[in-house]
Amino acid sequence: MRIELERRANPSLLFSVLSPFLALALTVFAGGIMFALLGKDPVSALYSFFIEPLLDIWSLHEIAIKAAPLILIGAGLSVCYRSNNWNIGAEGQFIAGAIAGAIVPVVFHEWHSSLVLPLMLIFGMIGGALYAAIPAFLKAQMNTNEILTSLMLVYIAQLFLDWLVRGPWRSPDAYNFPVTRDFAPEAILPELVSSGRANLGFVFAIVAAVGLWIMMRYTLKGFEITVLGQSERAGRFAGFSSKRMIWFSMLLSGAFAGLAGISEVSGVIGKLQPIISPGYGFTAIIVAFLGRLNPLGIIAAGLFLALTYVGGEAVQLTLGVSDKVTRVFQGLLLFFVLSCDTLIQYRIRLVFSRFGQTSEGGAN
Amino acid sequence: MGIIEAILLTVVTAATPLVLASLGELVSERAGVLNLGVEGMMVMGAVLAFAATQATGSPYIGILAGIACGALFSLLFGFLTLTLVANQVATGLALTILGLGVSGQIGEPYVGMSGVKLQPIVIPLLSDIPFIGPILFKQDLIFYLSIALVFGVNWFLFRSRAGLKIRAIGDNHASAHALGIHVIRTRYLAVMFGGACAGLAGAQLSLVYTPQWVENMSAGRGWIALALVVFASWRPWRLLAGGYLFGAVSISQLHAQALGLGIPSQFLSALPYAATVIVLILISHNRRMTLINTPACLGKPFVPDR
Repeated sequence: MRIELERRANPSLLFSVLSPFLALALTVFAGGIMFALLGKDPVSALYSFFIEPLLDIWSLHEIAIKAAPLILIGAGLSVCYRSNNWNIGAEGQFIAGAIAGAIVPVVFHEWHSSLVLPLMLIFGMIGGALYAAIPAFLKAQMNTNEILTSLMLVYIAQLFLDWLVRGPWRSPDAYNFPVTRDFAPEAILPELVSSGRANLGFVFAIVAAVGLWIMMRYTLKGFEITVLGQSERAGRFAGFSSKRMIWFSMLLSGAFAGLAGISEVSGVIGKLQPIISPGYGFTAIIVAFLGRLNPLGIIAAGLFLALTYVGGEAVQLTLGVSDKVTRVFQGLLLFFVLSCDTLIQYRIRLVFSRFGQTSEGGAN
Repeated sequence: MGIIEAILLTVVTAATPLVLASLGELVSERAGVLNLGVEGMMVMGAVLAFAATQATGSPYIGILAGIACGALFSLLFGFLTLTLVANQVATGLALTILGLGVSGQIGEPYVGMSGVKLQPIVIPLLSDIPFIGPILFKQDLIFYLSIALVFGVNWFLFRSRAGLKIRAIGDNHASAHALGIHVIRTRYLAVMFGGACAGLAGAQLSLVYTPQWVENMSAGRGWIALALVVFASWRPWRLLAGGYLFGAVSISQLHAQALGLGIPSQFLSALPYAATVIVLILISHNRRMTLINTPACLGKPFVPDR
């Protein structure tokens, strides 16, 4: 038996809508098998992983908290990936944004003003953008592969943060714990509704995603991104510069990741510590693809992946499975998304006859 | 044994996984397939090698398990990118994310367990040579394999008919297909070879480098291996040199920490990653040379027309 692909004359509209859902269904199914292998009842495990978190207010807040950085970063990355720039170092830009934004409440902690928070957010965006500017510069000017450089910079950012919170920025009254001083109240991102924990970061994420969607759909810039991504040559004939697109997409996604970083630190953690992200920058890559690189799809995808984080914590408590199942779920999901996307461009045929094999030519 | 010998010995141990993983990727890229999942395959090889060694008590079975696991795991990548023509960059990332997750899950019971170290095989006579002997001829099986594989792959790619076919596929898959070469089948084999090598590299980490299981123990080595392939401009000999250069950088960082030069340890730990970036810049800023060296069909999907 062999699998053959047959190119469709036009991309299938049906499957471009259906494929993310198909991927979700397959992921849930594979997840059930995984739970069964771990010796748990798959139905009740899946229920407490995917459904239970949706039933109480506290976990809904948690989902909003975790979806915010995923959507924000994922939306920025979608612009990169659409324009064929492979920024996979969003995790590093997230950290750089958090560090840059934290300069205000940590270094100038004696300065109290209502300007603190806006300044932090701006610094965060600048920090993330500057950190993304390194791979952008290297790709645009030095012809260096952005995949590898942006990823290497993640490790460097993590180590730099580690040094900061253990060294110069360590709080004098934290009993040698590697944390900075707690942010002052005016440096904390306000809550969305007074009772819960979800903060304004979620609003930033939605606004950013909708803004990008409008840009991609209705502006020349959006067209430029799509054209350059599909064919650089065609873009050049249209007068678009791929070098400027490298800068634009990398700086934009870096700024979004930086904003996500400072929002997380300011709204959720309240100080800097050695580890500030459970891999949001990498999970956002999955979010971007699950959302079909469409900012509105990314909102939905971000909410779903946030659910996998919360669900992972839930099964850890109720079933005693490790929270690593979250990472497994996320990896499986990306696999299924990518395979289901094949159905959009191709028809898949299973060939059982033996004649098909000889038609391939026998010169080997 | 003198201090210099001791340092060189650690360089060899640090370089071996880099050489192995990047050698596998080199073959896969020569066939035109860019597999960014090296990190994932490596960490899967590491955990399976450790688990198999714990189960059987024999690190040699562990090595086999690591190789088999890397090859099987890479099939997943092969199926998506070769059969279903999914985007290679995204699929490679997926393989890495999945590998890190699954290995963490599998390795959970092994955290903190002390492992079995692969014992060196002393080659008689040669190991008595002063200085060189203890460094090169009192090593473990994986080191010998890594050197043999560099020789073997170099011969295979540039002196054998099958190697010529692989390079032809990597440079122009449409022409290779027209000549009757099985593009997809050959690419599958190249990808699996890459997976096997990454798995072996992982086994080296959990059986030789630090004989234990630590989550994410590959620590970016898979990505450095990818950079090494570019650094080596897709040639096995340069790759061997590059691997040892990087091994030396990552080891010098440890020795510098031991000396206590007053440089924060985090800065020293960042050294291999920074070195990777710098090397990539140096090697790729010459646009023409990069273009000449890179397999022309690298990363491009191939759908045979029927």
